[in-house]
Amino acid sequence: MSAVIESNHDDHHHGPAKGFSRWLYTTNHKDIGSMYLWFSLIMLFIGGAMAMVIRAELFEPGSQIVSPEFYNQMVTNHGLIMVFGVIMPAFVGFANWMIPMQIGAPDMALPRLNNLSFWILPAAFGILLSTFFMEGGAPNFGWTFYAPLSTEYAPPTVTFFIFSVHIMGASSIMGSINIITTILNMRAPGMTLMKMPLFVWSWFITAYLLIAVMPVLAGAVTMMLMDIHFGTSFFKAAGGGDPVLFQHIFWFFGHPEVYIMILPAFGIVSHIIETFSRKPIFGYSSMVYAIASIALLSFVVWAHHMFTVGMPIAGELFFMYSTMLIAIPTGVKVFNWLSTMFKGSLTFETPMLFSIAFVALFTIGGLSGIMLAIAPADFQYHDTYFVVAHFHYVLVPGALFSLLAGAYYWLPKWTGHMYDETLGKTHFWMSFISVNLTFFPMHFVGLAGMPRRIPDYSMQFADWNMMVSVGAFLFGLSQLLFLFIVIKCVLNGKKATAEVWEGAKGFEWTVDSPPPYHTFSSPPSMETLKA
Amino acid sequence: MNSTKRSASKLVLMTCGMFCFGFALVPIYDVFCDITGLNGKISGPTFTSYDQAIEIREVQITFVTSNNNKMPWSFKSASPQMRVKTGEDYLMNFTFKNTTDKPMIAQAIPSVSPGRGARYFHKTECFCFEQQFLKAGESITVPVKFIIDPELPKNIASLALGYTLFDVTEEFANLQALN
Repeated sequence: MSAVIESNHDDHHHGPAKGFSRWLYTTNHKDIGSMYLWFSLIMLFIGGAMAMVIRAELFEPGSQIVSPEFYNQMVTNHGLIMVFGVIMPAFVGFANWMIPMQIGAPDMALPRLNNLSFWILPAAFGILLSTFFMEGGAPNFGWTFYAPLSTEYAPPTVTFFIFSVHIMGASSIMGSINIITTILNMRAPGMTLMKMPLFVWSWFITAYLLIAVMPVLAGAVTMMLMDIHFGTSFFKAAGGGDPVLFQHIFWFFGHPEVYIMILPAFGIVSHIIETFSRKPIFGYSSMVYAIASIALLSFVVWAHHMFTVGMPIAGELFFMYSTMLIAIPTGVKVFNWLSTMFKGSLTFETPMLFSIAFVALFTIGGLSGIMLAIAPADFQYHDTYFVVAHFHYVLVPGALFSLLAGAYYWLPKWTGHMYDETLGKTHFWMSFISVNLTFFPMHFVGLAGMPRRIPDYSMQFADWNMMVSVGAFLFGLSQLLFLFIVIKCVLNGKKATAEVWEGAKGFEWTVDSPPPYHTFSSPPSMETLKA
Repeated sequence: MNSTKRSASKLVLMTCGMFCFGFALVPIYDVFCDITGLNGKISGPTFTSYDQAIEIREVQITFVTSNNNKMPWSFKSASPQMRVKTGEDYLMNFTFKNTTDKPMIAQAIPSVSPGRGARYFHKTECFCFEQQFLKAGESITVPVKFIIDPELPKNIASLALGYTLFDVTEEFANLQALN
């Protein structure tokens, strides 16, 4: 072992080490970024396979393929994996790759911490997935793990679930500390806060959100652990606790978490839209303030997830109005994107297609959000497929589309090869059609009263559900095409230029594609950005 | 490098702070419920006296008993309803019977609805203040003494006092052994 370290010292870290140890010991932000991205792509297929099981079961009314118990495990783990294993790590992967390159820093501020925060993630999900092979089965209480479902009535594997959430939280917190420290201390000279690229801004705020709420989640699961094993009564009514308290603590974490999964998307989409409109982003500072105000508001809206628990009318009104207030900064962002495109010299490469679809479909998700925010109406919508339609519209054509857009946008930079544009566009159109086929009819069955998380449904929902399932299978298939496109791009794509896209601005486009293993050993000058 | 260390330690501190805040939410929530009477929790200011100028009126009180999960005891109030005058003392008896062949310990958890009325429902004596220990087949009748605050909002004409009975034999087994 010491021989390896010494030989590394000899070549002064000029290039990556060889073999698996390169990935295990790496402190390079590009390596770690790639690992995060591959990890989340793998988890996307695992979580996606679970979604396919769910949709296969719901293809027709009646009990078809899996037992209701297993169905519950599928629903729970699909949610947990997509939230904590796909969307969040993928954005951290983007942050690792792009933040140092966009602010002209040689690497992240705390590279060894960076290595640790990635490598505990596979451990966390290994623990979570291993529960499928244990007695009692995997967690089955929904991704929101409400007590007492997750305490008194939980399968014995809940303890593994608790530790895996602890590890995921630790990973996110360490990642966030690293990102904020990097942004605060390692910007190129002359890059003031209000000159930072919007993706950096969006992550700067997201990281603060993570630091504020992930410890609260850790506290919530710790309380569950103590209730289950150490005889405390945080959530047990018999001992003076209160199960509704769990929901308050969970959603105090949960609502900012929702914005953790969308704010970096705003950053990515802003870059892509300005590039392919060949215009600087419209209203840069209003974009920054909008992100900041969405983040601040996210702390005072949590109880809109629990309108039906029995709140006083004043509470319902407060959470209803504060929730609706979020539409204002979000609207500012949507209008800024539209104004950026207005009279721009638009071209429609794959990243731009995904970004435009993001703006349109995310807005649909936002509008159903406003509907759900109406407290009196929410009593009808609560726990129906309307809610499922709403959050899938903001997470799939929202967060996931922005990730796909960002992947196509920066893939030539990362790999040094162009992806296949025809295949990329095919992937886009397949995804766009199937995502709407999957999630739009859910609005209808939801409004008609189909409850979520139930493996069977009444006959009148049969037609729409069959359509939803067909859409879901097609969407799953489309993402296999994405995997093929990425592999094809890495192996034998056309050579990419340094600038890649005509009109792309930012430090990342001033270095070669692929960038050298170590970039910006001496900080770049802001002058190089003016063109 | 120093500034990096400074930012990182500030952020670590913030993380620890938020972890503690998560736990602080528990007492904050209890205090908040106390003040507002949310969730039907009854533990507002103890009732001593009231303004004699407030008009006395009649209120309908409903008693609801239920068993949590698989709790096998029988648990009933002497009568399901009573009409009471505000500001006066009343008493209602509740009967517990351990229908199993094992000694058990139970705890009744009260809840008043509508929640807005909870703070005006004053219990001066209640079996829910302690646990009930009953041998196999044994039964016991215990009272609740209460006063309805005359300041009860005019738009509340009836209140329901609900009790849910929990099996706490395991939790309190040690305590019982000590006695």
